[in-house]
Amino acid sequence: MYGKGLKPLSIATVAMLALTLSLVFFYAPLDADQGFIQKIFYVHVPLAITALVGFIAGGVFAILHLRSNDRKWDAYSYVAIHISVIFGVAVLITGAIWAKASWGHWWVWDEPTLVSFLIVFLLYATYYPFRYAIEDRDRQARYASVFAVTAGAFVPLNFMAVRMAQSLVHPRTFATAEGGMPGEMMLTFLCSLVTMGLLWTTLVKFELTAKSASGQVKRLRRALDAPVAGGNSRIAPEVS
Amino acid sequence: MEVLIAAPALPLDEAGKYVAGAYIVFMVLLVVYVAIMAAKLGRIERELREVAAIAEERKDERREEVNA
Repeated sequence: MYGKGLKPLSIATVAMLALTLSLVFFYAPLDADQGFIQKIFYVHVPLAITALVGFIAGGVFAILHLRSNDRKWDAYSYVAIHISVIFGVAVLITGAIWAKASWGHWWVWDEPTLVSFLIVFLLYATYYPFRYAIEDRDRQARYASVFAVTAGAFVPLNFMAVRMAQSLVHPRTFATAEGGMPGEMMLTFLCSLVTMGLLWTTLVKFELTAKSASGQVKRLRRALDAPVAGGNSRIAPEVS
Repeated sequence: MEVLIAAPALPLDEAGKYVAGAYIVFMVLLVVYVAIMAAKLGRIERELREVAAIAEERKDERREEVNA
């Protein structure tokens, strides 16, 4: 069920990844201010946007779970947050590399954009121990959904608070006073954003398919009255 | 803070290693994730083979019972 359309999606993701890398290194012009370093922008910013949207998507799936009590939505919420946390790790590392090259420091503590993303990331990092701490599967799913909704609502609030803070260090991508990026840069950026979105969707589907297959095998073992190898996972929701 | 804003763009030879580093980090994370998923799928396949073997055993046992 979850694997439906995974093959064309994977092919589209790989094709878009190749196209985006070509555009980044052979089409997009060098930035007049930052030079070659600005190429990090095309991986760092789309990853950050996708991770934040993924966290919100996790919250939306959690609402659907709380409304319908269907465990499928809990699995969607868990996987959306899981993949977004992985994207978040990539955002923090690529951001630190860019900061070191551009500002001479790996991390700047008085920069609201950086610190706010770290807060969001750390908030979602607590999702796993929170989920793991609850034994009962129904309560676990319900409490995890409440966490995902609350944290998901925090993401746009946090984003708006940062936009309102007038920092001079971290660059703004859209709606700048100078009119934003030139056309070639914008096209490359949008291509990269679509690629990251496709990659996120592919990984979510991939993870759900693997969980579904694992769940089916466990059900089959139970039906055959055979011992379940490795026991049940207490963190990850089982998908049927 | 003024020092950070005034930092000039790095020359291409120096900037290259940072850009390469950022893209390599992204690719490495992706490859590590795919490798972990491949290991998980390998485990599922092994479990499925075990379940299939148990099902076959049960089928043989039932056939023997019917023949007896």
